Amino acid sequence: MSAPDYSRDEIMTVTAARQLRNGAVCFVGIGLPSAACNLARLTHAPDLVLIYESGTVGTRPVALPLSIGDGELAETATCIVPLPEIFAHYLQRGRIDVGFLGAAQIDRFGNLNSTVIGDYAQPKVRLPGAGGAPEIATYAREVLVVMKQSARSFVARLDFRTSCGYLEGGGARRASHAPGAGPKAVITDFGVLRPNSTTHELELAALYPEVSVEAARAATGWPLRVAEALEIVPPPHPAELEVLRDLHARTQAAHACPVHIKLPS
Amino acid sequence: MQLLSLREAISTYVKDGGSLALEGFTHLIPFAAGHEIIRQQRRGLHLIRMTPDLVYDQLIGMGCAARLTFSWGGNPGVGSLHRLRDAVEHGWPQPLALGEFTHAEMAVAYQAGASGLPCGLMPLHAATDLTSVQGDRLQALRCPFSGTALALVPPLTPDVTILHAQQIDARGNVLIRGIIGAAKEAAMAARQLLVTVEEQVETLQADMNALILPSWIVTAASIVPGGAYPSYAQGYYPRDNAFYLAWDEIARDRGAFTAWMERHVLEVPDHAALLRALGVAA
Repeated sequence: MSAPDYSRDEIMTVTAARQLRNGAVCFVGIGLPSAACNLARLTHAPDLVLIYESGTVGTRPVALPLSIGDGELAETATCIVPLPEIFAHYLQRGRIDVGFLGAAQIDRFGNLNSTVIGDYAQPKVRLPGAGGAPEIATYAREVLVVMKQSARSFVARLDFRTSCGYLEGGGARRASHAPGAGPKAVITDFGVLRPNSTTHELELAALYPEVSVEAARAATGWPLRVAEALEIVPPPHPAELEVLRDLHARTQAAHACPVHIKLPS
Repeated sequence: MQLLSLREAISTYVKDGGSLALEGFTHLIPFAAGHEIIRQQRRGLHLIRMTPDLVYDQLIGMGCAARLTFSWGGNPGVGSLHRLRDAVEHGWPQPLALGEFTHAEMAVAYQAGASGLPCGLMPLHAATDLTSVQGDRLQALRCPFSGTALALVPPLTPDVTILHAQQIDARGNVLIRGIIGAAKEAAMAARQLLVTVEEQVETLQADMNALILPSWIVTAASIVPGGAYPSYAQGYYPRDNAFYLAWDEIARDRGAFTAWMERHVLEVPDHAALLRALGVAA
């Protein structure tokens, strides 16, 4: 079998983009989620509404922002609202269809850690922390998680639970009165995990063409179950790859652009 | 409103051991003010900011901070804030006590401070370990009308809030345009409000609902062109994303960090000199 003409990052981004339906209102995180959302907007979902937590609503960036609040997002937005309103009026009030999250650790029920590795008071690694994740995980109608899969990051037990997935599984999330449905899919560099409809334990639901079940299991810190109907993800279409690579090229050029400030003489 | 040099504004209003919020969400981060605080060697500060960003990484690494209240402490799109991590993980250059919120909680805490409320109120999010490390910073309550579980957070009322803005007019009114984050709430919650601005103009050309801080809300203002660099000022200059990427390498090592800060902050008289030294301004 010849090597694929796309990278794992690319098929991961394309797979994440395909989860988004046209017209959905999407709360976007920086990095791969931002690439996936803008790829979707530039291909099959032109009316996707992108909201970044900096308060930019309906933004249509030409290049991907490095931070959550680059000027590009403000200049191309329908409107800019204060940060407290993004969380209160848009997220808490139930106006977000899809929330995108990443983390350093995930467990079998889709709970996430972005706070510390090790003990909270004496951490081995201090991670950035919660940001908007706990509220996105609670209020978005559904959540997509994007993470690279390894036994270190897909763990049997989180060091710290920053954001809730299905808590202890079964009916635990519903009993907690979290308004959103929880993680609908976890898109990794091996394929896609989805929650079992009864237990809510994440199962391997789809694999990329070049990946084996054994490899995905070896990259998971709990005994990974395989869904009854395991799918193979269709490889990225040349048109999807072209749009994605153009987007990354525009982004690199934009981020390398030198800044000049004119001081009064 | 007094118009002061940045040096005078910091030396008059920022005191050792005080609580200090430099706000601006990615946009309009008051870097020049942060550097002046480092130059004046303030100590024991309680730093408050939703996203500490490079400006607090610098203040923490230079030994100005004893405590940090925050909601997301990374270098956006790049990775860790290495000086923040070193302080938390190894106590270098000194231990840093953390007060940790989610973005939504911290926004509510600023709103409570800005509104003179004894606490801010929001729905309790689903069970996480955050509540267990927040101690008395977050209390649960049942809504007397609906029975819904609520979270109460104490108000944030910084001794001093510092913002960077685009313009100040001849009467001292200040205009902010673009991404505003929680700048307005942090301004109204503060006991003293310092502002740095890109320029002074005769009259502000602003829409009716623009974010204007009336002159009598502002304690002191300083005219500091480029004062938000390496973050940005909408309409003046863009974010220097290349610098944010380069900072990862500079801040990773204690020696490289200290050398960079000495050369670019301690050994230059002001922000304009730093911009010239970096080749950003001619």
